Amino acid sequence: MARVALFIPCFVDQLVPQVGLDMVHVLRRVGCELDFPQEQTCCGQPAFNTGYWEDARPVAERFVQIFRQAEVVVCPSGSCTTMVRNFYPELLSGTPLQAEAIALGQRVYEFSEYLVKVARVTDVGASFAHRVAVHDSCHGLRELRLKEESRELLRRVRSLELVEMPYSEDCCGFGGTFATKFSAISAAMGDAKAGYAETAGAEYVTATDPSCLLHLDGILRHRNSSVQTIHLASILAQTGTAAERRAPAAPARRQQ
Amino acid sequence: MSRAAQEFLRSAAEKSADLTHRQLIRKGIDSYNAANERGRARFFDWEAARLKCQQIKWEAVNNLDRYLLEFEQRVKERGGHVFWAENSEEACNYIVNLAVARGVQKVVKSKSMVSEEIHLGAALEKLGIKVVETDLGEHIVQLREETPYHIVTPAMHLNRTQIAALFKEKLGDVDTDDPQQLVAAARRALRRDFFSAEMGISGANFLVADAGMIALTTNEGNARLCTSVPRIHVVLTGIEKVIPHLQDLATLWPVLATAGTGQPITCYSTLAGGPRQPGEPDGPEEFHVVLVDNGRSELLANAAEREVLQCIRCGACINACPVFRTVGGHTYGTTYMGPIGSVLTPHLRGLPEFNHLSYASSLCGACTDVCPVKIDLHHHLLHNRRDAVAESDRPHSERMAFRVWRWANLSAGRFAFFGWAARLGMRMLHGLHLDGTLFDPGRAWNKNHAGLPVPSKSFRAMWGKRNGHN
Repeated sequence: MARVALFIPCFVDQLVPQVGLDMVHVLRRVGCELDFPQEQTCCGQPAFNTGYWEDARPVAERFVQIFRQAEVVVCPSGSCTTMVRNFYPELLSGTPLQAEAIALGQRVYEFSEYLVKVARVTDVGASFAHRVAVHDSCHGLRELRLKEESRELLRRVRSLELVEMPYSEDCCGFGGTFATKFSAISAAMGDAKAGYAETAGAEYVTATDPSCLLHLDGILRHRNSSVQTIHLASILAQTGTAAERRAPAAPARRQQ
Repeated sequence: MSRAAQEFLRSAAEKSADLTHRQLIRKGIDSYNAANERGRARFFDWEAARLKCQQIKWEAVNNLDRYLLEFEQRVKERGGHVFWAENSEEACNYIVNLAVARGVQKVVKSKSMVSEEIHLGAALEKLGIKVVETDLGEHIVQLREETPYHIVTPAMHLNRTQIAALFKEKLGDVDTDDPQQLVAAARRALRRDFFSAEMGISGANFLVADAGMIALTTNEGNARLCTSVPRIHVVLTGIEKVIPHLQDLATLWPVLATAGTGQPITCYSTLAGGPRQPGEPDGPEEFHVVLVDNGRSELLANAAEREVLQCIRCGACINACPVFRTVGGHTYGTTYMGPIGSVLTPHLRGLPEFNHLSYASSLCGACTDVCPVKIDLHHHLLHNRRDAVAESDRPHSERMAFRVWRWANLSAGRFAFFGWAARLGMRMLHGLHLDGTLFDPGRAWNKNHAGLPVPSKSFRAMWGKRNGHN
């Protein structure tokens, strides 16, 4: 049984804990034994992205020390995974922890990446009778090169209809502090994205990054849209009725 | 906040709300994307071509002194002049003095972003010399007294109706919105200028060191007329445009065309290397190359950021940028807009005045993915931000906020307490209906978003309860 340490991003911990709980359900269902290192706080990305590398560095060092014993770390955010895997090596360059940070980066996985590439599971026994579109979160897509992983998992969800939305790879406009420093641009980008989700006829837009979803959720509700947001883990955590659970995962649902 | 930053914010807010603008640009970029995709598919291996171009430009930029001197020597051997301009002023003065000395009254120009960078048009016009932009898009924005909206497609923000109205007003002999007739009207007007101008000014897409020639790329043939009809040809270019070998164009030209417009190759690919040689029937009598530094050497000295000089000005990053598509090219208030502009401008014109551009990005990375010379654009934005914090005037409140953030995140107890307090504060604000007001620290967010969810318990609290403290 794989032993997995949970990396729960700071804003998931404080604002959308359900995403973390849903990830816990799914990982347990596929047979993982879980640890939650209670000392964890933030990976340091807000300061790093704003240019405050001196402030980000001790927070990153602390993160490496907390997770140094973990065999495998799984995180419900492509962005926070990117911070550890892609940015720690540069941030901690020249510090005693650099080598360890690089090694840790190779053991930290985004949730869908872990399921498909490491645990090699695509059918997690989920059921979700809704039309769902995927928003390709930027860090997952362009830093971790993840795109098909979430779709492979969704295709195996019973009763789920996967639809593609136009411009699924366009940024939603969140961008961390960008959303407050340049709120007009950020909101306009989110607004365009919300429109694409509506065009696709989706009931839900899902993503591997809860930060994109928090932003889009606020935008969608602000424009009284019927489209809702849901994190991938929260779809995969839904098991539906007993009858639905007995039904085979239907590859016929695969979208062309 | 710098004046440029304030103006950027104002214009960004205006353009972000302009849905007509958003749709117009979306449509333009959609047709670019379709053409670009077809163009890339023509390559046996587009990724290998990108890598090759990156290697060529890396070699050139890292040996710039050698290749520039080689280029200069070859040009001089053919009777051309080369002037090294350290800044805008020197470059403008050289060209203005030359124009005055030769009694030039009219200049025809093909596209040159460096001429925008050094404000050459204004310098010539101040002395009563007429300057005519001959690239159709540039001509249109010149008639509108605007700067280019985009480095490759300067008039992409205008629709046919707007251009028809402009031509009717400024050119006089045309009253139609038929694109062919509009182009014909511009062509008639420009022909007169090509044959009456004493000086032609062009940019250069590449300076070929071993051939001592400039390589030019256009779709309208205007650069050929600018460089061959007038008595004097002046090439105005940045020092980073040099490439080692003529054969490098075999890869660079098609890649530039594909990245720029999706074309396999542009309609006119021109090499020019000096004044008319004995026995040649045509060509300019004088050939001058003005090599502009204007901050580039300083960037060259910075090993970590140097690769920004590899840019071939194709505009692909601009088209890919969701911020550009939202705020438009004029909002940047800079010669180079979009990702490359946001990366480059602070280096050329100063981090204190222009660091806001490094922050005006969601760091989505779409630019880096499309750059044909593989410049790591969005990571350079991160570096500019780091340098802005280290060297220039970020707001005191921001510095304090991150100091507190750091202190809070260096202890799980403090983190949990701050989180709890923030959630409590958010619930109170919401309860008192103060969201979005001056009392709301998250008002920038709450203006455009429905309220954030505020759970009563954090993940860590629930985990502790369910799994025991372990």
